[in-house]
Amino acid sequence: MTQASLPRPITLRNSAPPRPTKVALPSLAGTTLAAASMLTLVVLAALFPSWLAPYAPSDMDGGAILLGPDLAHWFGTDQFGRDVLSSVIFGARQSVLIGVLAVSIGGSAGIAIGISAGYLGGWVDMVLMRFVDIWLAVPNILLAIALCTALGPSWTTIILAVSLSSVPRFARVLRARALAIRSRPFVLAARAAGASRWAILRGHVLPHCLPPMLVMATLGIGGSILIASSLSFLGLGVNDETPDWGYLLTQGRGYLTVAWWSVTFPGLAISALVISVNVLGDALRRRLDPRARAQ
Amino acid sequence: MTQAIFARVLASCAVVFGAVTLIFLILHWLPGDAAQLIASENASEAIVAQVREQLGTDRPLLVQYSEYLSGLVRGDLGNSFVTKEPVLARLTAQFPATLALAAFSALFALVIGVLLGVLSARMRGGWLDQALQVMALGVGSVPAFWLGILAILIFSVGLGWLPVIGEGGALSMVMPVTCLGLLVGTHLSRIVRDGMLETLHEPFVTTLRAKGLAERRVFYVHVLRNVLIVAVTYLSVLFGELLSGTVVMETLFARQGIGRLAVEAIGQKDVPVVQGAILLASISYVMLNLLVDLCYALIDPRVAARGR
Repeated sequence: MTQASLPRPITLRNSAPPRPTKVALPSLAGTTLAAASMLTLVVLAALFPSWLAPYAPSDMDGGAILLGPDLAHWFGTDQFGRDVLSSVIFGARQSVLIGVLAVSIGGSAGIAIGISAGYLGGWVDMVLMRFVDIWLAVPNILLAIALCTALGPSWTTIILAVSLSSVPRFARVLRARALAIRSRPFVLAARAAGASRWAILRGHVLPHCLPPMLVMATLGIGGSILIASSLSFLGLGVNDETPDWGYLLTQGRGYLTVAWWSVTFPGLAISALVISVNVLGDALRRRLDPRARAQ
Repeated sequence: MTQAIFARVLASCAVVFGAVTLIFLILHWLPGDAAQLIASENASEAIVAQVREQLGTDRPLLVQYSEYLSGLVRGDLGNSFVTKEPVLARLTAQFPATLALAAFSALFALVIGVLLGVLSARMRGGWLDQALQVMALGVGSVPAFWLGILAILIFSVGLGWLPVIGEGGALSMVMPVTCLGLLVGTHLSRIVRDGMLETLHEPFVTTLRAKGLAERRVFYVHVLRNVLIVAVTYLSVLFGELLSGTVVMETLFARQGIGRLAVEAIGQKDVPVVQGAILLASISYVMLNLLVDLCYALIDPRVAARGR
């Protein structure tokens, strides 16, 4: 590519807003750093729960039932005398896993659908996008309810349901992106030069779709974790051996009036994880999207 | 114009038909035998076969599908596998509660979404804007049901102001409506804020300012109107959020409603009830979007002109 040696093109629109001054940066970097540390902590908990947890999640202490937070049990204990902190630490793996899996499965499907629709256009576009419309007409939790009725409640069903529900968003955004790129001069030039469709797709369309893909994937992880926890809360993914955070909340709900800690800390864990993922996603977007950077 | 409306209505019908088919395929084509569950786990194969025949799930898929469709046209959604009652009757009994929850939440969301969005765009960078930014991030990253649980902890258990559950009239609506409305409303407020700031860079704003129009008028009349058009496009996303949210809120606050009906039907594998509830939700979703599209022509003169 000789592009690098060419002088940078000057366009009126993009040259107008100057880069933001560095005054605003320190606080932003602080938030991002905090989010990154939080995420690291959660990932560590997901990878090596037994290193971090003070107790085994199944340890029942008959003498410590529904105890409030103290030095021995930072997050208190539940109705069987199990340590809530340990349950939360052992629940991290499920939540992280589902966020990553749902985005990998649903995101790839959505990206494939969106880019094919936008780049190929014509009847492919029409058929695929009508299909996405139908998909969107069934709100995500109800789609999950249908899947659970058919397949029975399980963790696999939840992963499937959350993956499926993230497909339409990816498809719509990437279709718009591919559609915009298709008519850009460099694509026309490549076509005039005899490049095949596949080569243009790989060499031009995909690289230009990468920034929104990355941002959507990051933000999608947070969204997927939230949906999954709701489904788990509704009892669609019953898993008693290693309860995830949503299911911990379902269990704690029964003791709401006597043990505020059993519903507060698992919820805080979900929120902290999703907030840190979203903060990082926002930071990523600011870096990658020139329009957001200009604002 | 009429032609455009007609085309749009037709497209909506097609989407509903597609959704009906999709739900049918998920519920009937995927493996999983309702008869086994209803006949109890250790029933003999003969009894299970008998139950299957009673429920009609032993027939070929295509026969079941065509029968379902013809029933649907006549307004017959089939009978519950468990209680044998007509599904339609159960749904109509539960629908008003869901509708009330969704409608009040939407209203609340709309008011705070537009109000907060406009104010924070007006005072861009000020304390309100920053507080809203933090709040939007916070509320957007918290599971809806946890927001509800916290509200119960604070307002029912702690302060004793509001009833925890049930149909205790208007008071029992306060928490679910606030939680759901806050959730959707903060999302909307971000859309409105960013839309306002983006629109302020448009050339027509420069023209308005250049001709000496008061800044307040530029902001609240011209820019706001343009942003509302943009915000309306996001409504379909918010509707989906709202409908999903009602399911969770109904379960959490033990309220009546089609969402809770569907969740309870899962465990009993009551396919017709689940099917009916999802169908009703999908139809509401599509109808709302159709309504929004038709309203487009009213608020956006460009759309009306194109359609003419």
